[in-house]
Amino acid sequence: MQAPPMKRLLDVLREECGLTGTKEGCGEGECGACTVLLDGMPVNSCLIPFAQAQGSVVTTIEGLEGRHPLQDAFVVEGGAQCGICTPGMILAAAAIPRGATLDEIRLGLAGNICRCTGYTSIYRAIEKARSRRHR
Amino acid sequence: MRTAVSRLELLQPRSVREALRMLRDEGPLVPLAGCTDVYVGLNFGTLSAKRFIDLWPLDEMRAIRSTGGVLSIGALATYTELIRSPLVARRLPILAAAAREIGGVQIQNRGTLGGNVANGSPAGDSLPVLAVAEAMLVLSSAAETRRVPFNSFFSGYRKSVLRLDEIIAAIEVPRVDGRQWFRKVGTRAAQAISKVVLAGIRSDRPRIALGSVAPTVIRLPKTEGALASGAPIEEARRVLEGEIRPIDDLRSTAEYRRRVSANLLERFWRDTAG
Repeated sequence: MQAPPMKRLLDVLREECGLTGTKEGCGEGECGACTVLLDGMPVNSCLIPFAQAQGSVVTTIEGLEGRHPLQDAFVVEGGAQCGICTPGMILAAAAIPRGATLDEIRLGLAGNICRCTGYTSIYRAIEKARSRRHR
Repeated sequence: MRTAVSRLELLQPRSVREALRMLRDEGPLVPLAGCTDVYVGLNFGTLSAKRFIDLWPLDEMRAIRSTGGVLSIGALATYTELIRSPLVARRLPILAAAAREIGGVQIQNRGTLGGNVANGSPAGDSLPVLAVAEAMLVLSSAAETRRVPFNSFFSGYRKSVLRLDEIIAAIEVPRVDGRQWFRKVGTRAAQAISKVVLAGIRSDRPRIALGSVAPTVIRLPKTEGALASGAPIEEARRVLEGEIRPIDDLRSTAEYRRRVSANLLERFWRDTAG
């Protein structure tokens, strides 16, 4: 992958890789829409230069391939409405440990803003996906 | 993004030594750590710098350790690392408390203690903690390493004594005796820039620092003196109200900040009594 070292990871993903599942919201680390996993840790891809992601494993929503239990639970529980926060929500949720309490789930999603759902259905989806035994 | 990235230059040293040499020979350069402040400026086109140096991969600046009674925190230690550190939990739990209230998990995974200091915002949440802990900053350049007390580091609004060829290498915290207290007041628990933030240590020499009430984080020597002399809390509140210089801005009003600061002082004193 070739890109200017200071290009945002977000723009490299969308423009160079064609992975447009990662969304830009605020561009200042407030909304979490651009959340991806960098070596398994949630980060805001709008605040990371390409140079700092080199040599790391980046997981985007495309990497979950539509088969992650969280994706299924978001659909079933109505955890997505307009959808722009959803990829970031799901990736932030993917980093929350199994068996997390509701408070821990809320803490894990504190950096992700949703203007549609009021969060309740999102928390319900995560609790459901997290309580189920899966791979 | 409102800044043209193709025109930005990034130097990528492989060691601290090489970084310091680059800062001396090829500066001025803006050091990058976790980028959580720098990219806000780049995204909105408010940061005019064109040349940067990436310190993030320099793991030698990431360690948190205790040597000879001093808690030494590498400047690149992230908020997540501070939250998880048993040493920080034991020695300076209010630093972990402050780190927990900075941004959300995404910011905590990248934002660093050194970056919070270097950014120098008067609202920086970790800064009142370092002020009451009477931390020392380890500043390194190719020529020398010097130690500057945190409380003499800032010289004005977002201004400090850090030279262009220097980096903040580590933050050293001496042993802290007494009860520690921290409280951030913002619009919501996460992701909010502080309206007022107070850190306090209760001992025979009470120490209080406030953020977001002056051009820099400040200690309150007069208020501390009033408390040390056994003055009633009502009097200490009045002293504090005269000692701070809050402003009206988009996050809050001066009057609100003054009132809340005094309330926090009283809460600190009540919670740490006995």
